[in-house]
Order: sequence, then C-alpha cells, then structure tokens
Amino acid sequence: MRTIRFIIEKEFKQIFRNKMMLPIIFVLPIVQLVTLSYTATFEIKNVSLGVIDMDQSNSSRELIHKFSASPFFDIMAQDFDLKKLEFQMKQGDLEQIIYINNGFEEQLASASSVHSKAGEGPQVQIITDAINGSAANLMSYYASAIMMDFNKNILLQTQPMLASGLGISTPYQFWFNAELDYKKYMVPGILVLLVTMIGTFLSGTNIVREKELGTIEQLNVTPIKRHQFIIGKLMPFWIISMFVLVLGMLLAHFVFKIHIVGSVGLVFAVASIYLLAILGLGLFISTITNTQQQAMFIAWFFMVIFIILSGLFTPEESMPDWAQLINVFNPITYFIRFMRQLMLKGSGLMDVWRDVLSIGIYAISILLLATMRYRKTS
Amino acid sequence: MSKSVIIQNLSKIYPGVKALDGISCTVNKGEIFGFIGPDGAGKTTLFRILTSLLIPDEGTATVDGDDVVKDYKSIRAKVGYMPGKFSLYQDLSVEENLKFFAGVFKTTIAENYHLIEGIYKQIEPFKHRLAGNLSGGMKQKLALSCALIHKPTVLFLDEPTTGVDAVSRKEFWEMLHQLKSTGLTIIVSTPYMDEAALCDRVALLQNGKILSIASPEEIVAGFPHKLYGIKSEKLYPLNELLKLEKQVHSTYLFGDSIHLVLQQNASIDILMEKIKTKNFDDLEWEIISPDIEDCFMELMHKT
Repeated sequence: MRTIRFIIEKEFKQIFRNKMMLPIIFVLPIVQLVTLSYTATFEIKNVSLGVIDMDQSNSSRELIHKFSASPFFDIMAQDFDLKKLEFQMKQGDLEQIIYINNGFEEQLASASSVHSKAGEGPQVQIITDAINGSAANLMSYYASAIMMDFNKNILLQTQPMLASGLGISTPYQFWFNAELDYKKYMVPGILVLLVTMIGTFLSGTNIVREKELGTIEQLNVTPIKRHQFIIGKLMPFWIISMFVLVLGMLLAHFVFKIHIVGSVGLVFAVASIYLLAILGLGLFISTITNTQQQAMFIAWFFMVIFIILSGLFTPEESMPDWAQLINVFNPITYFIRFMRQLMLKGSGLMDVWRDVLSIGIYAISILLLATMRYRKTS
Repeated sequence: MSKSVIIQNLSKIYPGVKALDGISCTVNKGEIFGFIGPDGAGKTTLFRILTSLLIPDEGTATVDGDDVVKDYKSIRAKVGYMPGKFSLYQDLSVEENLKFFAGVFKTTIAENYHLIEGIYKQIEPFKHRLAGNLSGGMKQKLALSCALIHKPTVLFLDEPTTGVDAVSRKEFWEMLHQLKSTGLTIIVSTPYMDEAALCDRVALLQNGKILSIASPEEIVAGFPHKLYGIKSEKLYPLNELLKLEKQVHSTYLFGDSIHLVLQQNASIDILMEKIKTKNFDDLEWEIISPDIEDCFMELMHKT
C-alpha cells in the first residue's frame, strides 16, 4: 500500500507541476462539451431552395408560398431556366431545386375530379444535393412533408368528403425525449467521449513517457511490483477522469438542463468501472509503444474507430454486421448506450445489466493484459 | 575472500551483434571493480543483466549470492544502480526524488541518512530545486544518493563520469573511495582508461569479450615491451609516417607525445635517424614507463 501511495503522490506532483497540462485536463473538456453539444445536431434549417415555376398559376404560387413560409426553406433563386439553377447547385449556392411543370394547375384540377385514375396527377420534381447523405434525406423528407400537406389541402377543397372520411391519421409521440431535442441525445454521448479521450490519452502517454525519458530504467530496479505499478499509475488518472465527468454532468444539468432521470449513484458506479477499462486500454498502449508519438498515434487510431462505431453520431443498428462485430470490443458503445438509457430513460440496473457486465469484463481483461504486458525485464 | 559478483560464461546476443560473448569474472566483496572499454564493448548490457533488467542468452551470474534471473526480486532490493543516462525525475525536486526512491524501497531518508550524508550534504542546500535544473555534477550526486538510499550491498555505476568535467570526476572518485570504506562493493564502468588506475581491479572489455582482469599495478607490470616517448612539433604526420614503418609494432598519439613500441630486434636509433631525414629535425625520444592506457592499447592491439 505504501509503495502505491508513493507512486500516486509522485504522479500527481508531476501532473500538477506541468503548467500546460491543467488547462488541457480541465478547460478543454468544457469547451468541447459546450461547442459539440450545440453543433453536433442533425436538424437542418434554412435549406437554400431554387424554384422553377413554369406554370405561373394560383396553385403553383400557393405551393411555393408553402415552401417560403416554412422555417426549413429559404428561396434563394427563382428562374425559368433549369440549367442556370443546376449550375448554381454545382457551385454550392443551392441545396434543393423544385421544378413545377407548365400545366400544373390544369392537371391538378382534372386529377381532383372524381373520374381520375391513379398516376395521372400533376408532378413536381425535387432535386436534392446529396453530397451529405443524411442531410439530403432530411431535406427531401421536409420537402415531401410540405407536398403532402399541400395535397391534403387540395383534397379538402375539392373532395371534402373523401379527405375527411378516408385516410389514417397518425399522431406521433416521442418518448424519453419528447421534443426530439438533439442536445438531450448528444450530451450524454459527448460526455462519454470527453472522459474517454482524457483517460486514454493521459494513461496512454504516461508509462511511455517514462520510457522515453529513461526514468523507467531507475524505476525497474526498485522492488515495485507489477500490480503496484499499474495501480499507482492508474489511480491519478482515474481520479482526474472522474472529476471531469462530474464537471461535465454539472454542466449538462445547469447549462443544458439535462437532468439524470435514472439513478445518479448507478451512473457513477458504472462510470468508475468504465474508466478502469479506458485507462487500462491507455496503459496497454503505453506498454506496447516506445515513444509518446507512437502512443498518441495508436491511441488516436483506436479512438477514431471506437467513436465512429460507438453509435454516438449514427445509429449502431444501421452499421454493417462486421462493424457491429467490432463493436463487441468497443467499450465506448456499451457506455454510451448505458449513459443514454440512464440519463434520458431512467433505466434501472435490471435494464442495462448486459452493458454493465460487458464493461466490467472489458475492464478486467484489458487491465490483466496491460499488467502482463508491462515487464521490467527485457 | 568472499565473492560479491560471480559471472560465468555470460552471453547476450542482439540481432546481428554479440553484445556479450561468454564472459566470466568475479568481483570480491568490498572492492571497486572497473569494467573498462570503448563504446559498444558491452558494458551497459552487462550492467543491465547484473541488475536484472535484461535476461542473458547463455551463462549465469550471481550478485551477492542471488541468481540474476531466478532471484531477480531480492536482487532489486539490494543492488543500487545508476544508469549511464540521468534517470531521475527532472520535474521533481531534489528532495522529492530522494523521498520517492526511499519510499519505493520501503525506507526513509532519515533512516539511511548516514549512508548518503557525505554526498547529499553537498546538494542539500538546493533540495527544493527541480532535478532538471541541476548542473551535471549535482545531478550525479543526486543520482548517487538515490542509488544508495536503500542501503544496497552492491552498487552498479554505468559510466558515471561520462560527460562530467575533470574536477567533478575527481570529486566523484573520492566519493567512491569513501563509500568503499563502508564495505560497499562498487562496480563501475568507464570508457576512460585513466580511471582504471583508481579501481582495485579492472576488466578490459572489448567487443563483448574480456581481454584481461587484473589490478592496475599488475597490468602495468605486465607490459611486455620497451616503450618510447617521442616528441616533435609535427606529431600527427609523424605518427602517420611511423605507422608505415615495418620496424614499428604500434604507435599512438598520447597528448603531447607519441608512444611507440618497436618490433623485436628493431633499433630505435636507426629508425629515428631515418625519420629525421624526412623533414622531422626536432625529433626527441626517450624510454618511458608505461601507464595503464599503454597496457590497454597493447591488449587491444593484440586482438
């Protein structure tokens, strides 16, 4: 015990003596949390829209008005020449073009008559810039929602009986995040991201730093045992990461008004195990590398893959099977899922025990691996 | 006399290099034993094996009765090791470094202060200074203090005087002799042959092999040739010229003179007259007694 205490004391002295390290540990995470939470949103507003109205009728104007009245669309150009607007889209000035045919109103009138057949109605073409796939999906979703609304109105006007009597109405309810607020969804994930990065990079560069400076040589001839060394190295970073997590939770609570619905005790209990897994991963990287530069690159390699696969930004379920297989070895996945469940849904231990167990197994395995990999003798 | 270190047929092979090639030697308790050899001779490899940091490929070694492979735990508790490169924490103060190493060896500064007093007293006024801000000589004293704080029975010093100024070197050797008087076995490596004379016994190491083990006096007494010291204004060209002469056994530049050994039956007078005619009018020569460096040069020349 005494030996471990001496190592911990030394580590803390070295961390706090490093003038550059304190802001890195305590200020950067706050900045990241605030900026990422406000910017990592999937909502799309102010789509730059180009309009071609070849019909110039009341109906077409009404349709265009619906677009201009929507908060999602800004009509940036109106023209009769499709080529011109296509060019503007190539330039990146327009994100979406709607093209209304000549004869739109006439077709609309005839299609609305009782004798019309399906597929004979008027057509409006929507062209979307799909460079960003998910943004394109949303844009075309917004546009078709407006078209549907327009359709419904036409039906109401021309065939009120049909419109009110038929059709299934679908009222939506979103549970656990009623307003579909992206911040609520992102903040728990970003919190996980921050403590993970802090933990991995701090521990990942630590032992290797002693190797680089040569101090490990002096340390290795002491009777320090392997487990004492690993625990002594782990504890300071565990405490710091925990502190950063608390700080992030307080920010989430007071700034983003995201209140933990589930048990706060459970969140921190599982977080403490998760940190062991993450710090263990860092220490493992530290034991297999010889310079801080190598350690940094390897840590980044794992971080990028783990973060993208973790389901923080895109749903895990939509990834290919092999990616989901990789995710079995991705501690971030488990913890993000756990945090979202706890913070938003208020799940209990019984609901999340699988993730908790996985994190626990991960922590034990990676720590064993790191301890075994750390050798004083070469 | 009881043995402190016993090395038997020790080998260590790195890819493409035989760093240690079957060396054997013993170190007596309480002596200062020097491993002398040029860079790359295998000194650091040997020290790292003896301090349990490296596993040998062949052979065995015991330090104070403990096998360096099997009993590595007890070895770490009783050897003091000062690596060639300064290996203390530069971002900790003098006192914090000493305290840390005392701590991990399960002792305190107060308990073993008497062991390091003579050395530590000199740097104690700067005990709050960060180790990284110390001068070379002070760093060395701190490293020595840290290596001694747990009362080791054998002290390993890997090139302790490399890169240290002449005054600090002299001081350092005085400290070692003081430490020796407490009964400590000191094993030191150095590339400086003049330091060999300060050891009780030395082993000359080259290319992973021991060329000779003896006391400095024995080594000097064993010099088998007549040695000439030659002076001239133009030493370097003179030395180059001498190398070409068939009668010359070996010739080396030694500071302000050339140390020359002739082949058997060769005459110095004839050679010198011959050289003089080649535009070396100021040539002077005399018979000198060899020192330890001459002996090592001779030993290395043989191999």
